[in-house]
Amino acid sequence: MEIADLLKPKDFATDQDVRWCPGCGDYSILKQVQSIMPDLGVPRENIVFISGIGCSSRFPYYMNTFGMHSIHGRAAAIASGLKMMRKDLSVWIITGDGDSLSIGGNHLIHLLRRNLNVNILLFNNEIYGLTKGQFSPTSELGKTTKSSPWGTIDHPFNPAALALGADASFFARGLDLDTKGLRDILLRAHAHKGTSLVEIYQNCNVFNDGAFAPYSNKSTRQRSTLLLEEGKPLLYGEDANKEALYIKDMKVYSAPLESIDAEDLWIHDSKDAMKAHLLSRLFDPYTEDSLPRPFGVFYQEDRLVYEEEMDKQLHTSIQSKGIGDLDSLLQGRNHWTI
Amino acid sequence: MNQTIEKATVLFAGDSGDGMQLTGFQFSNTSALHGNDLSTFPDFPAEIRAPIGTVAGVSGFKINFGSVEINTPGGKVDTLVAMNAAALVKFQIDLKSNGMIIANINGFDKRNLRLAGLDESRDLLSEARDAGFHVVEIEITKLTREALKDSGLSTKEQDRSKNMFTLGLVYWLYNREIEPSLLFLKEKFKSKPDLLMANTKVLKTGYHFGETIELFSNRYTVNKASLPAGSYRNIAGNEAIAIGLISAAAKAHLDLFYAGYPITPASDILHELANRKNYGVRSFQAEDEIAAIGAAVGASFAGSLAVTASSGPGIALKTEALGLAFMLETPLVVINVQRGGPSTGLPTKTEQSDLLQAIYGRNGEAPIPVIATRSPKDCFAVAFEACRIAIEHMTPVILLSDGYIANGSEPWRFPKASDLAAIHPNYAKMNEAYLPYERDARLVRSWAIPGTAGHEYRLGGLEKEDRTGNVSYEPENHQKMVLTRAAKVNEIAHHIPPQEIDCGPETGDVLIVGWGSTYGAIRTAVLNMNKQGISVAHLHIRYLFPFPMNLEKHLRNFKTVIIPELNNGQLVKIIREKFLINAIPLNKIKGLPFLSIEIEDAVKEQLKG
Ligand SMILES: Cc1ncc(C[n+]2csc(CCOP(=O)(O)OP(=O)(O)O)c2C)c(N)n1
Ligand code: SF4
Ligand SMILES: [Mg+2]
Repeated sequence: MEIADLLKPKDFATDQDVRWCPGCGDYSILKQVQSIMPDLGVPRENIVFISGIGCSSRFPYYMNTFGMHSIHGRAAAIASGLKMMRKDLSVWIITGDGDSLSIGGNHLIHLLRRNLNVNILLFNNEIYGLTKGQFSPTSELGKTTKSSPWGTIDHPFNPAALALGADASFFARGLDLDTKGLRDILLRAHAHKGTSLVEIYQNCNVFNDGAFAPYSNKSTRQRSTLLLEEGKPLLYGEDANKEALYIKDMKVYSAPLESIDAEDLWIHDSKDAMKAHLLSRLFDPYTEDSLPRPFGVFYQEDRLVYEEEMDKQLHTSIQSKGIGDLDSLLQGRNHWTI
Repeated sequence: MNQTIEKATVLFAGDSGDGMQLTGFQFSNTSALHGNDLSTFPDFPAEIRAPIGTVAGVSGFKINFGSVEINTPGGKVDTLVAMNAAALVKFQIDLKSNGMIIANINGFDKRNLRLAGLDESRDLLSEARDAGFHVVEIEITKLTREALKDSGLSTKEQDRSKNMFTLGLVYWLYNREIEPSLLFLKEKFKSKPDLLMANTKVLKTGYHFGETIELFSNRYTVNKASLPAGSYRNIAGNEAIAIGLISAAAKAHLDLFYAGYPITPASDILHELANRKNYGVRSFQAEDEIAAIGAAVGASFAGSLAVTASSGPGIALKTEALGLAFMLETPLVVINVQRGGPSTGLPTKTEQSDLLQAIYGRNGEAPIPVIATRSPKDCFAVAFEACRIAIEHMTPVILLSDGYIANGSEPWRFPKASDLAAIHPNYAKMNEAYLPYERDARLVRSWAIPGTAGHEYRLGGLEKEDRTGNVSYEPENHQKMVLTRAAKVNEIAHHIPPQEIDCGPETGDVLIVGWGSTYGAIRTAVLNMNKQGISVAHLHIRYLFPFPMNLEKHLRNFKTVIIPELNNGQLVKIIREKFLINAIPLNKIKGLPFLSIEIEDAVKEQLKG
């Protein structure tokens, strides 16, 4: 612990050249992750980054911890086996929107429902970066790319709704450029016991530049984003005329803050599953009068953690049957001697 | 009259719901305890509840037991128990010409004939008698109901114990003790006293029926086999694999991680290991086979002994991750319990058609050691050996078994834990700078485990620079790494036992080369031909890739090499290609194992021609 306390962010950088395109959102995420590492209080050798394949999945090469750059879509499965055998490790999964929601979709939902204590950083750039710009499962409907010259006819995934539908015990959304927000989310994800899914909007300035501009541009971001703060009302808009969200008949509405009674305000409570579902549905493409897109921790729930239950069964079995003796296993129930 | 015979083959056959597997299994266990050598072959339909009474729904369990060496479940059958007409329709052709049929005539009524696809007017049993078989007709269903009429059980429940009548009767016929089965029933129905009572009663009724009714002219005794001294148990292939894995983990001081996705005929390994938590085994039922091997790769990275098993379709899914494990040079055991292919193929039938897939079936230059088990008891040693190679040589290893071995059973002289050799993981040295792809004299890299300060390293599926393991696209480096990885795997040939001739002369006219589950049939055929003075030998390959160093020498010591396989000629391709010898294929692709006679006939044909 003491050694970990002395570490600096730069101790988590490696000697490898970082090879993302200049201006790629991945840089800022890397920086934030490196910067929170010393604050985790976990010795460097007990941290493991496992990634799939994609631009984002290059990430482990740049972290001076244990790491594996694996195969497309399978990081969740690999990290699961790792964590089952080594509860003591802090395990981080790095994945892209194609990696985790297309080829690896199956592993993602099963990891979420099993709830191993690992952190998933899903770099969502709404495009396939590494393969040079095809649409991804999060690309907006009608998007024209090399592989969709007539525009996509694929309805996109809503990662928050998908995660909550798979009973994720933690879901948060962050933005590459929002360093402070990202930092808070990463620390909370680490602190959460269970699978933490952090979706990070990441700009691919080469193949999908500006996909998240409404949420990062100075001119629009106050209207377009909703910052989720625990115990505080859900407000957005310019300071002078704040809008507030409220729920009526299971539907979400907004109105000028001063027009709403205090008791009708929607106070953010990340333990409330129903409200988290409503937040996940604030997903309309940005327009001048669309409801804002939430950022921060949507949901956090404490429930059984897979690898701990696995260990419990192991110990219960040892208690009831006694620690396995190899000779009695070899000889089985019925044996005879000649 | 009581007659002592050397060996006998009995086939229990009935509808899938008739409990023939359990009956056969009980008979085998009792015979094993009795001291016979034996070999069994369960043969059941793929459907859990195939249509009642139909030929497709017949489930059979064949056992060959003797006071002499037994290597196969036998050829033609001495005694066929047919619980219904369909069972007789399916298996009559497997009977010896003077064989015995014990028929439950309650299963031969008009309805059963119709379900078996026959004209209702047929009298199957008279026809069988006319054909020279010895037919014993018993109203098994009726007698079972009679025995249980005061039990308070419904007719349906009563009927479920009729297999115990059969078991008791056949115990009597072959002079077996019924006590082991009584103990088994006690355990099985611990919490169901009425069923315990019913099954026990019917088992005894069956036995006494044999004694009192003079339906049988003969009773048979099969004495103990003169097996080498030692302690024995009866064991099935999948169970032996599970025990081998647990033993290897213990001998390597590693935790065992097993991941699988249910598939016939590999599932029993998962079941077995899931029930061994007190041995420290962590078993994981994954969402699919890709996740299973993925989790195993993660567990291997974590520093555990990681294992995954599947069969044809599932192994196909694991291919990409297997390539990753190969690049990571990390220990991993992948077990393929082969079944009939391609695609879903014949899920409950046996075949050896995944050998080429195991040796060649990956993208890129990715040689992986392949070893094969030859019989149920051999699964233990081979599973242990697969783990040893994986751990000591830092590589994935493919273990080939098949459905015939997985479900078959035989007596096994089990070792003492203290007699098993230690396995030595090649750990990275503490307090030394760690270069992940630096190699020792055997070209093996060392294993650094997360949690070791100073050894933090990154690895992945991208080509890596020699020694450092950093990503490298350098042309010279790639060629060097491909050759080094191949050399590393080839080097394993220096760390395995030399190939031996199993039986027959060291040089001569014909060498039969086999691998996997054809062992018993080939051995039986060769021993038999040797008795007849034919110069033929048997060599059985366990290490299929890389081959033992001295294999070629053996092959060249014979004029003719014949390779029987349950596929369309796979090992024969490799042998021809590698040694440029004119090896002759002998192929059977029927989802069924070879009969020794088929091999014998083929060799004789060859010698003639
Ligand atoms: C089995 C397999 N199929 C396809 C690919 C090619 N491939 C590599 S990355 C990728 C998509 C990457 O998109 P994403 O996960 O969103 O990551 P990004 O590059 O955008 O960060 C694809 C299709 C592959 N490496 N492996
Ligand atoms: S292609 Fe896009 S996502 Fe990939 S490195 Fe370049 S900017 Fe980043
Ligand atoms: Mg992407």
